[in-house]
Amino acid sequence: MKILVCISHVPDTTSKINFTDNDTKFDTNGVQFVINPNDEFGLTRAMWFKEKQGATVDIINVGGPETEPTLRKALAIGADSAIRINTEALDGYQVAKELSAVAKEGNYDLIIAGRESIDYNGGMVPGMLANLIGASFVNTCISLEVDGETATAIREIDGGKETVSAKLPLVIGGQKGLVEESDLRIPNMRGIMMARKKPLEVKEPQGAEIETKAVSFEKPAPKGEVKLVSPDNLDELINLLHNEAKVI
Amino acid sequence: MKPDLFEAPDYYNLDDLLTEEHKLVRTAARDWVKRDVSPIIEEAAQKAEFPKKIIKGLAEIGAFGPYIPEEYGGAGLDQISYGLIMQEIERGDSGVRSTASVQSSLVMYPIYKFGSEAQRKKFLPKLASGEFIGCFGLTEPDHGSNPGGMVTNFKNKGDHYLLNGAKMWISNAPFADVAVVWAKDESGRIHGLLVERGMEGFSTPTTHNKWSLRASATGELIFDNVKIPKENLLPNKSGLGAPLMCLDSARFGIAWGAIGAAMDCYDTALRYAKERHQFGKPIGAFQLQQKKLAEMITEITKAQLLAWRLGSLRNEDKATSSQISMAKRNNVEMALKIARESRQILGGMGITGEYSIMRHMMNLESVVTYEGTHDIHLLITGMDITGLNAFK
Ligand SMILES: Cc1cc2nc3c(=O)[nH]c(=O)nc-3n(C[C@H](O)[C@H](O)[C@H](O)COP(=O)(O)OP(=O)(O)OC[C@H]3O[C@@H](n4cnc5c(N)ncnc54)[C@H](O)[C@@H]3O)c2cc1C
Repeated sequence: MKILVCISHVPDTTSKINFTDNDTKFDTNGVQFVINPNDEFGLTRAMWFKEKQGATVDIINVGGPETEPTLRKALAIGADSAIRINTEALDGYQVAKELSAVAKEGNYDLIIAGRESIDYNGGMVPGMLANLIGASFVNTCISLEVDGETATAIREIDGGKETVSAKLPLVIGGQKGLVEESDLRIPNMRGIMMARKKPLEVKEPQGAEIETKAVSFEKPAPKGEVKLVSPDNLDELINLLHNEAKVI
Repeated sequence: MKPDLFEAPDYYNLDDLLTEEHKLVRTAARDWVKRDVSPIIEEAAQKAEFPKKIIKGLAEIGAFGPYIPEEYGGAGLDQISYGLIMQEIERGDSGVRSTASVQSSLVMYPIYKFGSEAQRKKFLPKLASGEFIGCFGLTEPDHGSNPGGMVTNFKNKGDHYLLNGAKMWISNAPFADVAVVWAKDESGRIHGLLVERGMEGFSTPTTHNKWSLRASATGELIFDNVKIPKENLLPNKSGLGAPLMCLDSARFGIAWGAIGAAMDCYDTALRYAKERHQFGKPIGAFQLQQKKLAEMITEITKAQLLAWRLGSLRNEDKATSSQISMAKRNNVEMALKIARESRQILGGMGITGEYSIMRHMMNLESVVTYEGTHDIHLLITGMDITGLNAFK
């Protein structure tokens, strides 16, 4: 089985988010980048396929050279080789288009992407990619088994779960559940040393058209002060809701 | 204990001075400490037990002999990587870092530098994987700061050596599989000997009732007519300079490690100062608390620069022992002061095991004493700049 895991390079969840250039650009100064958590669940699941079913695992990212440490970490965790498509990722369709070229060429049986990346939260890439390469698609995937040419996947749906079966090749939008947090791997020294020698191929982009453009970003307004009203003082609550919050 | 929310300060963007591999090694160590050390360390320290179950993890993150070449089971990393691993481990606990320092700098390093090929092959891979734990016996009951005065000695008995004497304050001693022991031959010259557990006449009683480094095991090494096979003598260097070279390597690791302890205290105090309210505002809004926090981050930043520069010098094999002394002394004192100040910021909470600060503070009392006391390192700098010996 040939697996391709899509890896997004995203700010760590504890990073302080700021924008520059009139709120049009994300300020990366001092920000730590990590493997997108949804992708990391997928990468770990891919490692199990590698270890239990002898799969090969390639990883791919669309981005500039600054994303290579994230790829190197994924290699240290155990992926076999990495591909970086050398262009700034600007919109979902562009990324899907760039990924599709490599995905087609590599004849992958399974492409594991994250349900969404936690930076811009577009959540569109895996679906578009599946369509572009004519593969099956399962989103919000929380469990995945592959037997021969058929995959059985469990999907999270509103208030429950849905079990689906799909023919390979398959693209999934994965998330926690594929593996649990406690299954995630910290690269060990041997892995880090081996990663030095693993191939990280840089491919030039197809030049997919960019259809959307981020015009500006806005941070949520800081939370206001909380006023505590005692339960036996409902009159004050009504007064505050009416005169101060002006909602009733 | 509270969940580990640690966020490493990097006020001067010093990460820009590190390579991608440095950062990868550091992140792995940091994540491992969060996952496997922080949740168990407080209880281990309270019970005064070395948490043996983390040995495997220490080996996996490369804490045992990171700069030893790959052919002997090491990771072949540079000195800055070694420093960063020590920093992250000591961020968790100085006792755990002590175990790693001893194994790397005081056991693997002398076997690699001064050992025969057979000794390297026999011990290094097992020490790197954590299958063997080692210890280093230099200090004696009557010879601490003055190890050259040691009385532990061995006699040449033809087909073996006969070792007699005692060592004290030895980290890892109670469960070590192999001890690198410094002893005098009949002419009074110091040599290193590899003493293995199980050799007749060799015992390692535990030192109890420590208030510091409680999660690290400390003990004595007692040699009562121990027969040492001749092939267990380290052949390639003798004299006091040999153990001092090991100490240089360990002290370098401590200079980094202390930054980890300081960062953890600072990070805890900063978070607490922003959350804890008194007199209607966060205590971090009062100038007195800000002064403490601002001075802490200033001192941490200076210590980081010192350690980084020393690492670069060591990578080029240019760092002098005196330069290492300065960094060990400065950084440990910096960490100790920060631990004390942070503890005060937490008020009463600061003395509990809910937070790591008091544990760091007690640990650092050992760190400021072992591997050359604070005073001794000052005398080393003093001698270096004046050319005058003030030791005796
Ligand atoms: C927890 C712990 C773990 C340790 N682990 C190890 C280990 O693994 N292996 C090992 O070999 N040793 C180890 N040590 C021993 C440590 O290195 C010694 O404690 C240290 O070198 C100081 O020796 P001492 O305790 O005998 O103090 P002393 O040398 O007696 O010093 C007492 C005081 O006198 C001062 N002093 C001494 N000489 C002078 C001087 N010339 N001028 C001015 N002041 C002076 C010192 O600075 C100190 O303040 C460990 C110690 C501790 C506490």
